[in-house]
Amino acid sequence: MASIRLENITKRYGNTTVIDNLNLEIDDGEFFCILGPPGAGKTTLLRLIVGLEVADEGNIYIDDELVNTVHPSQRDISMIFQNLALYPDKTVFDNIAFPLRQRKMDKETVKLKVVDVAKQLKIDWMLKRLPSQLSGGERQRVAIGRAIVRQPKAFLMDEPLANLDALLRLEMRVSLKNLQSDLKKTFAYVTHDQVEALSMGDRIAILNEGILQQVDDPETIYRFPEQMFAATMLGNPPMNFMGCLLETGNQKISLRHEAFAAVVDNPDLTAMLTSKVDGKDIVIGIRPEDITIYMDRPDRDDLIETEIFVSEPLGNETIVDIKLGNEIIKSLAEADFPGVRGNKVWIEFDRAKFHLFQKKTGECFFHASDEAFFQILTYP
Amino acid sequence: MANILLDNLVKTFGKQTAVKNLCLDIKDGEFVAVLGPSGCGKTTTMNMISGLLQPDSGKIYFDGKEMNNVPVGKRGVGFVFQNYAIFTYMTAFENIAFGLKIKKLSEGDINKRINEVAALLQLEKALHMKASRLSINDMQKVALARSMVTEPKIFLLDEPLSNLDATLRNVMRAELKNIQKELRQTAIYVTHDQIEAMSLADRIAVMNFAVLQQFDTPLKVYNRPKNLFVAGFIGSPTINLLDAVYDSGDFILADFQNKKQVVSEKNRARIHDLLKQEKVVLGVRPEHLKLSDSVEGNGNELTARVVSIEPLGSKTVVYLKSDSDTGNVIKAIMGSDYRPKVDQVKTLNFREKDLYLFDKISTELVFRF
Repeated sequence: MASIRLENITKRYGNTTVIDNLNLEIDDGEFFCILGPPGAGKTTLLRLIVGLEVADEGNIYIDDELVNTVHPSQRDISMIFQNLALYPDKTVFDNIAFPLRQRKMDKETVKLKVVDVAKQLKIDWMLKRLPSQLSGGERQRVAIGRAIVRQPKAFLMDEPLANLDALLRLEMRVSLKNLQSDLKKTFAYVTHDQVEALSMGDRIAILNEGILQQVDDPETIYRFPEQMFAATMLGNPPMNFMGCLLETGNQKISLRHEAFAAVVDNPDLTAMLTSKVDGKDIVIGIRPEDITIYMDRPDRDDLIETEIFVSEPLGNETIVDIKLGNEIIKSLAEADFPGVRGNKVWIEFDRAKFHLFQKKTGECFFHASDEAFFQILTYP
Repeated sequence: MANILLDNLVKTFGKQTAVKNLCLDIKDGEFVAVLGPSGCGKTTTMNMISGLLQPDSGKIYFDGKEMNNVPVGKRGVGFVFQNYAIFTYMTAFENIAFGLKIKKLSEGDINKRINEVAALLQLEKALHMKASRLSINDMQKVALARSMVTEPKIFLLDEPLSNLDATLRNVMRAELKNIQKELRQTAIYVTHDQIEAMSLADRIAVMNFAVLQQFDTPLKVYNRPKNLFVAGFIGSPTINLLDAVYDSGDFILADFQNKKQVVSEKNRARIHDLLKQEKVVLGVRPEHLKLSDSVEGNGNELTARVVSIEPLGSKTVVYLKSDSDTGNVIKAIMGSDYRPKVDQVKTLNFREKDLYLFDKISTELVFRF
């Protein structure tokens, strides 16, 4: 059993604040992902939890017990590093057995536990090999075996799949998720790969420059991101951001983009935009899968005429980059989409999937739920 | 601009054969991805093309001219390495100018070339910044620009996007594609990531264990993979491969309690002619597999149990296992709202025309329905 709680944690290196007044609660038995770009502070966070770093301010609790001054070896947490850190001169068996022997366990019990874990991870046939004789995926499993065999309260993993081939990463993602399900232990998993976080996490904490952006289950962050950063972090290709200017002069308020205008057709949203929003720079966010492309000119006047910048056919779908005024936005089309660079196309937004952000703060202040909120006007 | 011909290249390191009888013809202006897992021979191939490595046997031709004895510096190749190799103490401009200064170009020419390339790559603002202060994205562009200004005949790129985080990789992929289409320069791009290969390449050379598996357009490699390896390597999630036995014109599926996959009349004769033996593998891609709720007692349907669900935002990947104890995991792609529960039994639906038929012993593609 292990819940992990961080209260008002701050960590500095010289003049740089790497973690800034962070509050976080990881529930017992949760597969918790910490997602952020390189340099966000994710590894530092893990190292603080396991005890390899000491916070400048704040408290860390494991299972409600204050562990600030508890030595890493006494915190009963296992950590798997990105480079695995396997002992190169020890066999697979000895690598996995190491933490048990450290604790002076007897020979018979060690053998039982190591073989048991090895069978679980399907590496029991290679116990006599050295790490140098194993493939990347096999080494990965040895590192996991070494972490599991101790039966710690919780597992911390620092980008464990980053060094694996794309194909192996896919397989290991499912393996790890199933493993956590079987073990029923708390996993704190650091990654910069949003697909990993989306597919594996029960909840995700999005971290940027030492500050927590949003903590929620993947689906909530995907559908209701709280700021532009969180909106970008989940979803591949990421959400498109279209810069607009708020125009209040006319009868109805509109958000004016270089290539179109979104006229607001709802009194509540109108009120929000006139009174609560600070400044005139509004960003409309729309995900690639919520844009439809028409190759032939349809008999409607609410579609925006644009041009294809680049088309990426990926086999099961096509990513189409489109020029929209000064910007380039991405949309998802079917596998046999025929359009190529330079083709003129017409696009339609699913207005029920608009998200409005304040450019100044990056904060999201409105998630559309109905296409009736907006009407699209195009320029002749 | 240059077309490239590789004629029976062989390279061994001690007892290990890194590249085995490689024949490749790359057209002028073509973007070719050399794709394969770690250790397949792709980097060795690139190093031989550039001249950094000498093949043990076989010939390399650029525009019909034999290159084997031409030193690296005189082959007209531009490199973009995985780790950029930029001089951190110089500005972006000085980095890009470096190769041109060595070639003793005039200052006027240097400025002109750099400004053109900087405009193409949108590097103008970063030009006079110290390289150590550049964002990773800009560093990557500087590495690219440094190659581009020397106007090489051929670009060699070795996993240039692998150091970027996922978000940046997406952006740079589209930009790279756009640049290549503008320049129409012959480019060879080494990668282990099939998404990059599919998105960027005019043609993909798939390699495994030192041997070229297939050299074709992305669409062909995806829809008509030559063998099980190529079928399994391209496409994410990977293709479902089901063991089966050919029996009196139909297929008996070992993964599904020996249920029968009946072959339609129009295909029976052709398959009978093409199959050399009875052990086969049937392939069906996850996006062609649709799940529906199971009806009790419908003996003919293929059913499987949900073991894992991956909601990926725009779609949901569902992992299932059939009741036969083969351990084969089946993957299906469903819509973004699809949320089955683990252990639920689902019926698998697919169209015959989405099937791939492989010979299990030779591993080759026999028939595409």
